[in-house]
Amino acid sequence: MVKKKFDIGPYLYLLPALVIIIVFRLVPIVLSFVVSFYEWSINGAGDFIGFANYQKLLTDPEFWQSMLNTLYLVIFVVPLSLILSLVFANFLNNITRLRAFFRTVYYIPTVTSMVAVSIVWKIIFNQQTGLMNYLLGLIGIDPLGWLAESRGIFQLMFGEGVPAWAGGPSLALFSIIILTIWKGLGYNTIIYLAGLQNIPETYYEAASIDGANKFTKFFKITLPLVSPTTFYVLMMTTITTFQVFSQIYLMTGPPVGGPLGTTKVIVYYLFEQGFGESQNLSYASAIALVVFFIILSLTLFQRRLEKKVHY
Amino acid sequence: MRDKKIFAFIILGLCGLFMITPFAWMLATSVKSQLEINKGNNGFIPYVEADYLDLAGDGELLRCKVLKPAPGDSLWINIFDENDVIIASYLKVPASKVTHKKSIKFFFTNFAEAWKKVPFGRYFLNTVFVSGISVIRVIITGSLAAYAFARMRFKGKEFIFYLFISMMMVPQPVYLIPSYILLHHLGWLNTYYALIVPWLANIFTIFLLRQQFKSLPQELFDAASIDGCSRFGALWRIVLPLSKGVIATAAIFAFIGSWNSFMWPLVMIDSPQLRVLQVGLSYFSAEASSQTALLMAASTFSILPLVLLFLIAQRQIMASFVSSGLKG
Repeated sequence: MVKKKFDIGPYLYLLPALVIIIVFRLVPIVLSFVVSFYEWSINGAGDFIGFANYQKLLTDPEFWQSMLNTLYLVIFVVPLSLILSLVFANFLNNITRLRAFFRTVYYIPTVTSMVAVSIVWKIIFNQQTGLMNYLLGLIGIDPLGWLAESRGIFQLMFGEGVPAWAGGPSLALFSIIILTIWKGLGYNTIIYLAGLQNIPETYYEAASIDGANKFTKFFKITLPLVSPTTFYVLMMTTITTFQVFSQIYLMTGPPVGGPLGTTKVIVYYLFEQGFGESQNLSYASAIALVVFFIILSLTLFQRRLEKKVHY
Repeated sequence: MRDKKIFAFIILGLCGLFMITPFAWMLATSVKSQLEINKGNNGFIPYVEADYLDLAGDGELLRCKVLKPAPGDSLWINIFDENDVIIASYLKVPASKVTHKKSIKFFFTNFAEAWKKVPFGRYFLNTVFVSGISVIRVIITGSLAAYAFARMRFKGKEFIFYLFISMMMVPQPVYLIPSYILLHHLGWLNTYYALIVPWLANIFTIFLLRQQFKSLPQELFDAASIDGCSRFGALWRIVLPLSKGVIATAAIFAFIGSWNSFMWPLVMIDSPQLRVLQVGLSYFSAEASSQTALLMAASTFSILPLVLLFLIAQRQIMASFVSSGLKG
């Protein structure tokens, strides 16, 4: 028997991509851990400081404020986007005429740049010259502060009696929430539509024969069978919402993250620490890694949940 | 059944309206006069409100501005020509000859003005250059790697593949800072290299192409090898021609991603000469923050190329959602 000669071919095909991905992805990911444990200026490593950056995070009020703001974003954007996109996908699945047209219309915000749409929405929310207050004016409602309003939405809805901690996201942050849902809704709808189209029609027919109504069919057939898509959409939306940056950078302030820090999200805080005046690269790295571990544990948690609820 | 359909159309229509309204308003505002915007014309129709003088009473109107009332049911006015130049000032005319009128008028000059205000031409060229080079290379490196993953056997294949997939999940903010340090030490900050080289391979593209290459029947490759076709020959003559659709989709996704990327170029580039469109646009928005119409015009021409690309390629993109591994 002839021993098979070592075949270098496959590695040569892999090489160009491998080099780029190792040097510009794997190395930086590993490096980010290292950087967070050292005093690190742009020119090189300084002293080893161990977990000092992480300890500092625990008592940094701005960090916790940014975390809270990010959490508000996720809590509002993810469920709303999921429910709306599933509903729209369901309706889209029920029609044949104009389906392609609606699909295209819904998807357009996804291909446009966040920078450009942030500029547009910033003006939409402008108190004096914006569309929102113009539309409110048409139906006789007083103008709102939108991006300039630091009070929580629950305080605005239910009056000053609501304590500050229960006030919810500021109206400014809520404006960002609206934009963020709008931007991602089309993508989620299209993904859901693809998921719905994989459910065999025969299940619905069988249910009809058994006398199931619309709602029973939705909750007993559609929802369970589309759950793999739900998990995917849930995961992707959560991950991207955690990384919101451009809309904060462009729409809020000055200073960015305002009013009163109610729109400062974690990735913007990281950016400010790393590339702002302080140029504290190692502190910024520590923040980045905290974000990473939150995202990672959410992903793993969802994976585990998915295995449990698999049909 | 019919009622149900109508209800579906109403809901979908309302949602469509929500999706499209910001763009419609952007277009409307981009051709308004800034003066009218500041006066509170914040709807969807770009009109101009002005006083007009019908001097001869024959319907030929001259634009004028009422300065103040004059005795004897008359008004003091200034008269302007088409270019807003005063051709007669402090004229006393009978009030009955002056009318107040709204007329629809499009200020397309906003586009030219926004375009000239900052070097958008330069930004566009930079973006086309960076995105173009990246996408071509991403497809080349991606096809080669995907071909190895899909149709070859080698040691460490599973390991490398899962390494790639798990890195795809790592969010950009995590490797942004170390990349900045790395690029600084390479001396690439503030050069095109920083925008291009790290993005010459794309894990998502590799993943997408691998799915496609795997789906091709083995018989094709057996036949090719009997005919004496080399490994590269099979890629060039069989795999690539049969995968044109998916390659186009992958290229479009990569192009959209590159064109729209913002945080990376914002951090890596300082020099105004090297600004890509998104970064330039963000600087413009800070500079011209009160000039709503110009901002909307700039947003419009920044969005337009990608929307057109999407409209041309949408059939292809939508099909890929149904058939590929893009969904769960």
